[in-house]
Amino acid sequence: MEISYFAIIIGAIFVNNVVLAQFLGICPFLGVSSKVETSLGMSAAVTFVMALTALVCWPLQTYVLNPLGIGYMQTIVFILVIAALVQMVEIILKKVSPALYQALGIFLPLITTNCAVLGVAILMIQKEFTLLQSVAYSVSTAIGFGLALVLFAGLRERLDFEDVPAAFKGVPIALITAGILAMAFMGFSGLV
Amino acid sequence: MNKLQIITSGILKNNPTFVLVLGMCPTLGTTTSAANGMGMGLATMAVLIMSNLVISLIKNLIPDKVRIPAFIVVIASFVTIIQMLMQAFVPALYASLGVFIPLIVVNCIILGRAEAFASKNGAFDSMLDGVGIGLGFTLSLTTIGAVREILGSGAVFGCPLGTADFMPLVFVLAPGGFLTLGYLMVLFNKLAKK
Repeated sequence: MEISYFAIIIGAIFVNNVVLAQFLGICPFLGVSSKVETSLGMSAAVTFVMALTALVCWPLQTYVLNPLGIGYMQTIVFILVIAALVQMVEIILKKVSPALYQALGIFLPLITTNCAVLGVAILMIQKEFTLLQSVAYSVSTAIGFGLALVLFAGLRERLDFEDVPAAFKGVPIALITAGILAMAFMGFSGLV
Repeated sequence: MNKLQIITSGILKNNPTFVLVLGMCPTLGTTTSAANGMGMGLATMAVLIMSNLVISLIKNLIPDKVRIPAFIVVIASFVTIIQMLMQAFVPALYASLGVFIPLIVVNCIILGRAEAFASKNGAFDSMLDGVGIGLGFTLSLTTIGAVREILGSGAVFGCPLGTADFMPLVFVLAPGGFLTLGYLMVLFNKLAKK
């Protein structure tokens, strides 16, 4: 399939933003986005895991599951791979770079249940990308996730000082804010 | 807690969407129409009932340390079964729900109920809990889907209301999902307080 890398990258970051257009990874989007700093940490951890997932899941699907004719085992295999990867990254980081582990540590276990990671792994197989395209796709999706998360955290930091009606407090006002942010991102549609 | 209470608490007191705020991705991603929302809700409910049943049956066989991976494998197996059944019998719905079917695996409602209920209660009660939470999820998704379909494409369950020409299309697009859920949650909060 001939798709330029430019189209994949711009498409995944802006046009089909993983959170605001595809509705993947909403839980961390709503849960971890109360401060800009923590959202940066979360985005870094997600980028790392997503790139690794693409590097492991793509060969697994192409050279193991497909030749054996057990493509339907995809869901089970991928979720186990992601869970194992997250665990491994956690152990390695703890040994190699305690500083980075301190920074990303608390976010790592949360990533296993981040549906954006599994979603990207499934989508890249569905779109029939090559290995390099898959990596480009997952890294730019993660950047798109980070962009949405950081923008939203900035908005929520300000929202804390506003006088919000009782029934709107917490999740509802966050969702409505996200809706308006998603509208802004719709301006990118048709770009690629 | 008697049997009936287990079911009703899933629909109101522990409503997965409006009270627990779990499983937001399929809630927003698949509710572009009432039928899609209902399909997603029912698929999740089926997985939830089966996984709750199996997990409560095997809970004593699983060592505590590998509990979560074991739960995930059970859930993923049922998701794969549902995925294959839907692909065979309701191909149109399967196509429109797309990637959200395999993503039932990472729906926090299912793992959450496995951890909070099925791993502590008997098989029958766990199944009832699955029915209750599943019904709550299905009802919420159908409601959100219906509201978005009426506002966005002027129809209910695919039946046109004759208002399609002047309805704001944005409600079936991504921003409409966030807005509809946000305002419905406000409504739920307001009504629940009374």
